[in-house]
Amino acid sequence: MTGVRLAKAWLDLDEAAIAALPGQLGVYEIGDARGGTLELGFAGGRSRFGLRSAIAEAAAKHEAARRFRYEVTMQYWSRFEELLAVYLADHGELPPGNADRGEQRVGRLGVGPSCATGD
Amino acid sequence: MDFELSPEQKLILETVRRFVREEIVPLETDLDPDASELPPRHRERLVAMTKELGFYGLDIPEEYGGPGIDLTTRTLMAFEMAQHRAGLYAPCYGVFGGAGLAQLYEADDGQKERYLYPVLRGEKRGFFALTEPSGGSDPARAIRTTAVRDGDDWILDGEKTFISGADKADFGIVFARTDPELGRKGITCFLVDTDMPGFRVRRIVHTLRSTHYAAELEFNRVRVPGRNVLGEVNQGFAIANDRLSRNRIPYAAGCVGVALKAQEMAIAYAKTRKTFGDYLSTRQAVQWMIVDNEIDLRTARALTLEAAARADAGKPFRTEAAICKLVASEGAGRVVDRAMQIHGGYGMTKDLPLERWYRELRIRRVGEGPNEIQRLIVARDVIGGSFH
Ligand SMILES: Cc1cc2nc3c(=O)[nH]c(=O)nc-3n(C[C@H](O)[C@H](O)[C@H](O)COP(=O)(O)OP(=O)(O)OC[C@H]3O[C@@H](n4cnc5c(N)ncnc54)[C@H](O)[C@@H]3O)c2cc1C
Repeated sequence: MTGVRLAKAWLDLDEAAIAALPGQLGVYEIGDARGGTLELGFAGGRSRFGLRSAIAEAAAKHEAARRFRYEVTMQYWSRFEELLAVYLADHGELPPGNADRGEQRVGRLGVGPSCATGD
Repeated sequence: MDFELSPEQKLILETVRRFVREEIVPLETDLDPDASELPPRHRERLVAMTKELGFYGLDIPEEYGGPGIDLTTRTLMAFEMAQHRAGLYAPCYGVFGGAGLAQLYEADDGQKERYLYPVLRGEKRGFFALTEPSGGSDPARAIRTTAVRDGDDWILDGEKTFISGADKADFGIVFARTDPELGRKGITCFLVDTDMPGFRVRRIVHTLRSTHYAAELEFNRVRVPGRNVLGEVNQGFAIANDRLSRNRIPYAAGCVGVALKAQEMAIAYAKTRKTFGDYLSTRQAVQWMIVDNEIDLRTARALTLEAAARADAGKPFRTEAAICKLVASEGAGRVVDRAMQIHGGYGMTKDLPLERWYRELRIRRVGEGPNEIQRLIVARDVIGGSFH
């Protein structure tokens, strides 16, 4: 069983790092320089080059984007839903890049600060 | 058994078929191949259309405002409604409306006000929590979640796993052991609100199916008022069984629906793809795959309609429901598998819906009572004897 959080190392956002990304499907997080999350997303079955193109496109939407992390997974749809729910539980709101989805359409996971176990 | 369609059924089926092909399938070109929801603006537009057609809330009994469609016609509609990429687990992305959990119709008036009617109005969502880490095929023995009386309330402790839709639900129907001495007669069904202290969705369980994904739940001294007991104390298992039997018929119909579409795709592809100078459809090896598909399809379709017709006629249908569930889930799996083979490499891609159906159909052999359990039900009914 894997943890519910995206426990991967952050990578600096630059051309070389993007070019080195796999073309596989998966989920990602785009962050700013101050440790904030700008957007959670997934590279799905319609992405041209999987995580490589999906992360490049998402990062281009955010001027403040400085870093990113990702996880390769074929279950990108339910994993993405899980990451949104974890973020909502932790922060009480969605990342700015996901705000248009609406909190009412995101699941409720008992993993927030008020829960005894936090993974 | 004669399944000549009535003029009314023909009209209904043509309408649903056109709706799926003209309204649903084109939207899927832009959606992620694993998507289970439509963007809200499309959803609202299509819900308005199904309401206009008089098909909204298909599964709601007539006395609660549903359109009063019999199970046979409903089964025929389900064959059509599943014929798109998300069609197995999200037929038409839910724009025909839902009926809520069947057990809610057994609720008392106060519970109906608090749960059933809000569900029918689309204001609340529920989950059904029977399975536990200790097992789902034999829940009467496996249930470890306990409910202990405390004054007028009950205190629930335990875990559930593989519970679909729980992270987005407002309440759940939860089965817990209320008398450890009584075995299957010691289980009670509770209505648990997801904001009750001590209830927690621990994680999402990632499976081959991403639509209506499942979750793991924890009940840590959840205090549930006595008025939230659904049905009688210690009679919860009967409620679970009733639902499971009836649900198997539309469940089978969904399998038949995607298999019909896969077969249509396989035939069309075999007639256009050439290898070694001729069409695949001229090769006996390919023809036989298509023939085997046809046999699987016709068997599953006929058995599913037979079960529905018996239920409509008020005859016992438990054996027929079990048979159609297992024949349709296994047969449809083989049909989609052969259709993928005929499509070669393209059959494996997310460009086509086959790979999604292949993954999701695999779950159909385990969900809604695994097929081994369906065989046990049939064995019990045809051989007699008890359930071991
Ligand atoms: C995606 C998904 C969604 C689900 N959603 C829900 C939900 O919303 N609510 C809910 O309550 N449950 C849900 N389930 C759980 C599902 O109903 C169970 O997985 C199923 O009942 C089997 O239980 P188990 O996994 O514990 O297997 P077990 O009971 O441990 O059985 C393991 C295997 O042994 C076989 N077996 C068991 N007994 C016998 C026997 N006597 N003879 C021969 N073979 C036998 C079974 O058929 C099965 O193949 C879901 C499961 C999945 C995968």
